[in-house]
Amino acid sequence: MNPKLKELYNKIKKNGLPPEQEQKILLELHDDATHDFADEPSDALQIADEAFRPTSQNIYAYNDLFDLQAISALQSSHNTSLRSIDELLERDKQREKDGFPRKINVGRLIKPGRGGKDKVVVVPSTVEEKFIHDTSLQAEEEQPYGGSGDGEEGEVIGEQPVRSPDVQGGTGPGQGEGGPHEMESNAYDLGKILTEKFELPNLKDKGKKRSLTRYTYDLTDKHRGFGQLLDKKATLRKIVETNMNLGNLTDISDIDLTRFLVSPKDLVYRILSREKDYESQAMVFFVRDYSGSMAGKSTVLVVAQHVLIYSWLLYQYAMQVETRFILHDTEATEVPDFYTYYNSKVAGGTQVSSAYRLVNEIVEKENLVRDYNIYIFHGTDGDDWDTDGKESIPQLKQMLTYANRVGITIAEHAHDKTNNSEVEKYLKKSGLLEEKKDLLRMDVMQEDADEPRLIEGIKHLISEKET
Amino acid sequence: MELIDQHTKKIMEGCKERARKAGLRFQDESLEYIVTNRDLLELTPKLMIPTLYDYWVHDVEVLKEKGRYELYPSNPYETVINTRPAISFYNDNNPDWMNVMIFYHVLAHIDFFQNNLYFRHTWDYDFTGQALSDKRMIAKLRSEKGRWVDYVVEFARGIDNLVGYHEELSRQNRRPKTSRSKMLDYYFDVFLQSEKKVKIHEYIKEIERYNQCINESKELGEKSFFAEIFKKYPEFDAIFKKSLEKKSEQKLDLIQFVLEHSEFLKKEKNSWMKPIIEVVRKTSLFFQPQIRTKIMNEGWASYWHERLFLQDDRIQGHEVDFARTHSGVTSMPRVGLNPYALGMRLLYYIEDLSDKGKYSIEFRKLLDAKKREDFDANTGQGNDFIFKIRENSNDFMFINTFVDQDFVNRYKLFVVGRRLNQAKRVLEYYVKSRKAEDYRRMLLDGLYHPPYITIEQNKSNNGSLYLMHHFEDKPLVKEFISNTMLGIEYLWGAPVQLETSEVKQIEASKPQLTIPGLTTPIKEEKKEKQIKWQRVRYKMKDRKLSKEIIASEDR
Repeated sequence: MNPKLKELYNKIKKNGLPPEQEQKILLELHDDATHDFADEPSDALQIADEAFRPTSQNIYAYNDLFDLQAISALQSSHNTSLRSIDELLERDKQREKDGFPRKINVGRLIKPGRGGKDKVVVVPSTVEEKFIHDTSLQAEEEQPYGGSGDGEEGEVIGEQPVRSPDVQGGTGPGQGEGGPHEMESNAYDLGKILTEKFELPNLKDKGKKRSLTRYTYDLTDKHRGFGQLLDKKATLRKIVETNMNLGNLTDISDIDLTRFLVSPKDLVYRILSREKDYESQAMVFFVRDYSGSMAGKSTVLVVAQHVLIYSWLLYQYAMQVETRFILHDTEATEVPDFYTYYNSKVAGGTQVSSAYRLVNEIVEKENLVRDYNIYIFHGTDGDDWDTDGKESIPQLKQMLTYANRVGITIAEHAHDKTNNSEVEKYLKKSGLLEEKKDLLRMDVMQEDADEPRLIEGIKHLISEKET
Repeated sequence: MELIDQHTKKIMEGCKERARKAGLRFQDESLEYIVTNRDLLELTPKLMIPTLYDYWVHDVEVLKEKGRYELYPSNPYETVINTRPAISFYNDNNPDWMNVMIFYHVLAHIDFFQNNLYFRHTWDYDFTGQALSDKRMIAKLRSEKGRWVDYVVEFARGIDNLVGYHEELSRQNRRPKTSRSKMLDYYFDVFLQSEKKVKIHEYIKEIERYNQCINESKELGEKSFFAEIFKKYPEFDAIFKKSLEKKSEQKLDLIQFVLEHSEFLKKEKNSWMKPIIEVVRKTSLFFQPQIRTKIMNEGWASYWHERLFLQDDRIQGHEVDFARTHSGVTSMPRVGLNPYALGMRLLYYIEDLSDKGKYSIEFRKLLDAKKREDFDANTGQGNDFIFKIRENSNDFMFINTFVDQDFVNRYKLFVVGRRLNQAKRVLEYYVKSRKAEDYRRMLLDGLYHPPYITIEQNKSNNGSLYLMHHFEDKPLVKEFISNTMLGIEYLWGAPVQLETSEVKQIEASKPQLTIPGLTTPIKEEKKEKQIKWQRVRYKMKDRKLSKEIIASEDR
């Protein structure tokens, strides 16, 4: 066990701990997981798997085209789906006007393997609703399979590694699969869709314009002698000036143009020049709890929501969004990219204040307040060893002095439906949610929330007026 | 799409000849097309029917994870479709020997489509032709009514899995009416037995009396027979008339009922919706038998492509190629279910047993294991027997009747269980049961089975529609209820109610927090989940859904 954590635990314990809370802390304390990336299935493992490959297909998944002729079961590519997305959204809007609920879902995130292939792709999808039987009541393990071959009853015939008891092998964040993100352009599309479809609020221009390192080029500068475009009016004025000085123009009522001299230097041109572009820009801090208790759905939810928020901001700020990623357990650390942020495995204990402190430090050290609209989104399951927020609240207060918005998402565990996670409790107690409701928002959801609920949450976190 | 070239078509015709000789029966004409990936892109959303009506959902990625096959009774990647002539689709670079194999497979499918009685209602017309005219009709309406056409399609599709497929079949296969009157049938078959519950000797007495009446008064015999009954049971006439009404309405499925009785659709301005709903219903009916015969149909096709290919003299030298491809398609997976493999083996098994005369009383009377094993009456009827099965069975009957312990033993089949091994952090797959009973149950549980929902007219009041879900220990998918009912309400034009069952609570062992160091890791205890159900009534009124609990079960 990490001695530092132990020390922390003892300190907390001294201050008195409700037994339930103590149990949670102990659980995280004794968890021997680490924060490394979820491992990719190595070749060795794949060979081992070769012998045992359970097909989870049911009988209806077989078809002649594929199984007999090996014609791949083609799906329309995501690009073709995207092409018509405007039309689909238009249709969806019309549905609402006609009094029917919307039917298009977007924002399915696809994240294939490492090596530049990773993308966040927007796929419009829908489902045809009918009265059908719900088979999900049968737990995964109980769902019967067919099998053939040797083996006594009760004999184990194969094993499939699971990375975490909560998550089926490697589909979620923190559980592997994923790659360096090449998501910018598609995330932008997603942001556009989110804004239009879900009527996420457009940001108001805060009037806080800062120069960027980006320039536009324009024919604004004047130059004598050469250039791209002759500025006739200015040139004429110059010629007149020169000739007045030369004494060629004495009587204003009697101008003799034949006596005028035109010096090459009189020619005034417009010349292409670099202009600084002024636009508001955003700095977004994504903060994620990756402590042991976050294993499973909580992490998936939080990260999915953060991707959506990121996309929305990307669109709002016309790509001028800079992001910082911070992970925390009892200590906070900044990670360089979304990939690491997304895929780091959970482990360790929980102290929210550590992350808030780090954000504050970064903002102060880099003097970000001057240049940026700052957004901070924090996702957690609501556990905090710092039970009453003695350390977190002051840090949070400081954050609220400069941030445009702080959004806290709490993905509650299904097994304690108390609406009473530590973070939620102390946030409510602090009164900040009321006092600074323009700046601070909290969204509490169950860990089994679906996409519409996520979007609803985002609306709440980022809307101008409290919903 | 292009037709296959003459050379390949000739191969196909050769296959047809050989398949016919082996006993397969199918229409002479068939159409074979080469499909490219591009074609498939357009065809698959239309379930391989090139002329199916357009609908925007076909252009969108449809979320398939949840109950894919429960939602759609058809396979979007079928190689051959049940049309007249039958149309099949091919890769353009299949080698000849492979085409031979696929052609046999396809021909067996066509034979199945055209001879299995569950397809009876698709025999008398060409679906592609019908679909084309429907598609044009819908397109024309769309140009007039715009998006409202799509709403109607959507709402009708919302209930198209509840079509009265079996009722439709029973209408098709009904025996010609007997000369006896309905009243007589009712009196003897229903009234005396179910209403009056008379004793057998009284029943026989009535039959005797009837025969006597007929003998005495010939044509007027029935009248004189009933004259006495009206005296004896004054209520008989009323009950009989009521039963006639009831019977005629019972036969309607939800879509038909809405078409027939909806005040909304009766309105002049809405009458254009009816043909669209009709099209949706017909399309669904067309696909129903496909999903109900998946194992049989694929098994039948695999059986024949193997048998006929090996006899085909044209492909000598390609036996190894064939063996490789064929075993890829029809090998039994270690874990998983393959309809090709399972269906084919079951057919071989049945043929073998029938050849030996094991489907006989004589065999059944045998108790001695050795004698049972060695029993061989050498009937030579196996081939005929499987043809009979192909004509009269569907997946349910096929499995329920013929999967027995000998079959399970012969092919070393078993039910796989899965459990989590906490210590090793692996999912363990283990042999759960080798009992035929369990294996059969596992297969049957996986078969397509839409919920059974009927219309309760005596509970419908003030023009509302009352739907009764006959609960079979599987609740409906909750998220889908609202929009489905919204659609029904729209088409019905008045409130709709649905009575169904859902989970009240699940009592599972609470997730216990393990505290390593303090205790040893808690062993996974297998606890049966206790599910308590409650009967609820959903009501959709003015596009708003409400729910009330009407009964709850406490165990």
